Amino acid sequence: MSADGQGRSHWFDDEAGPVVRPYAMTRGRTTSAGQHRLDLIAVVVAEPHVDDPEADPSLSPEHVDIVDLCRDTPQSVAELAADLNLPIGVVRVLVGDLVDAELVHVNRPVPPAELPDESILRDVINGLRAL
Amino acid sequence: MIFGRSERGKPPVEPVTLKILVAGGFGVGKTTLVGAVSEIRPLRTEEYLTEAGRPVDDTSGVEGKHTTTVAMDFGRITLREDLVLYLFGTPGQERFWFMWDELSEGALGAVVLADTRRLEDCFAAVDYFERRSIPFVIGVNCFEGAAHYPAGDIRQALDLDDDVPLLLCDARDRESVKDVLIGVVEHAMEYGAERRQSVTS
Repeated sequence: MSADGQGRSHWFDDEAGPVVRPYAMTRGRTTSAGQHRLDLIAVVVAEPHVDDPEADPSLSPEHVDIVDLCRDTPQSVAELAADLNLPIGVVRVLVGDLVDAELVHVNRPVPPAELPDESILRDVINGLRAL
Repeated sequence: MIFGRSERGKPPVEPVTLKILVAGGFGVGKTTLVGAVSEIRPLRTEEYLTEAGRPVDDTSGVEGKHTTTVAMDFGRITLREDLVLYLFGTPGQERFWFMWDELSEGALGAVVLADTRRLEDCFAAVDYFERRSIPFVIGVNCFEGAAHYPAGDIRQALDLDDDVPLLLCDARDRESVKDVLIGVVEHAMEYGAERRQSVTS
């Protein structure tokens, strides 16, 4: 894939299977350097200063899609994978790139064992009752 | 997308997220349960099978099939603008347990959905959560046409510890599923309190 994302549509045919083999989007990387594995419910938030990710030539179309999806509404890693129809591993690497580029930040979920008190769990119970 | 939508110029709300797992045998109603309470149609995420499945998956004869995917269905419940609960249906096959490890990390708790006609299908899930000290409840999905057994008999058949709640439910029914999920959170609270006590005493 060329860096500007323009060269994608010319080489494939039906026999090739998926348009791009999934991990080609990450240039073969299956993990992202210096990062813990992102939890499926880690929330990805676009940085407010990001105006036009498409103008950044270092970003692939999938990077741009992720930033666009997270801009108005923070999204969990699982939702990004489902919305973009990409494997979770690919989304993790792409989000890692975007964190490195300071285009998004990630809020890791607090493990229940580390919750400061039970008030959040009470809120969950009340919220479920009110559904 | 409902939560966190912001007015122009105001930063979006960054919600606290929690997850509950839904486990059980194939066809026991995991996705039905998720769909009964989720505000979104259950979504599907996939992961390509990596090292874990390579010695197991014989692809001879299906060489055109390059990868095996593990699918997980999940749903979302926005409890408040800043508090979102996700439900994940665990992949049914036992050889995908490497995905369970990842899913169960940081989980608030789990529902093990059981069908009295095939009770043995949920043994593996019960074992899994017991061994990893993840609080869980048993939800007995009361299928039409299935014989009803007293809760005590089911507990005995599953060899459950006394403190594990067992609830009869209908995975299609929103109110019933809400009760099961409330049961999970209440059990997780008690469980957490006991753990804290045993650490400090």
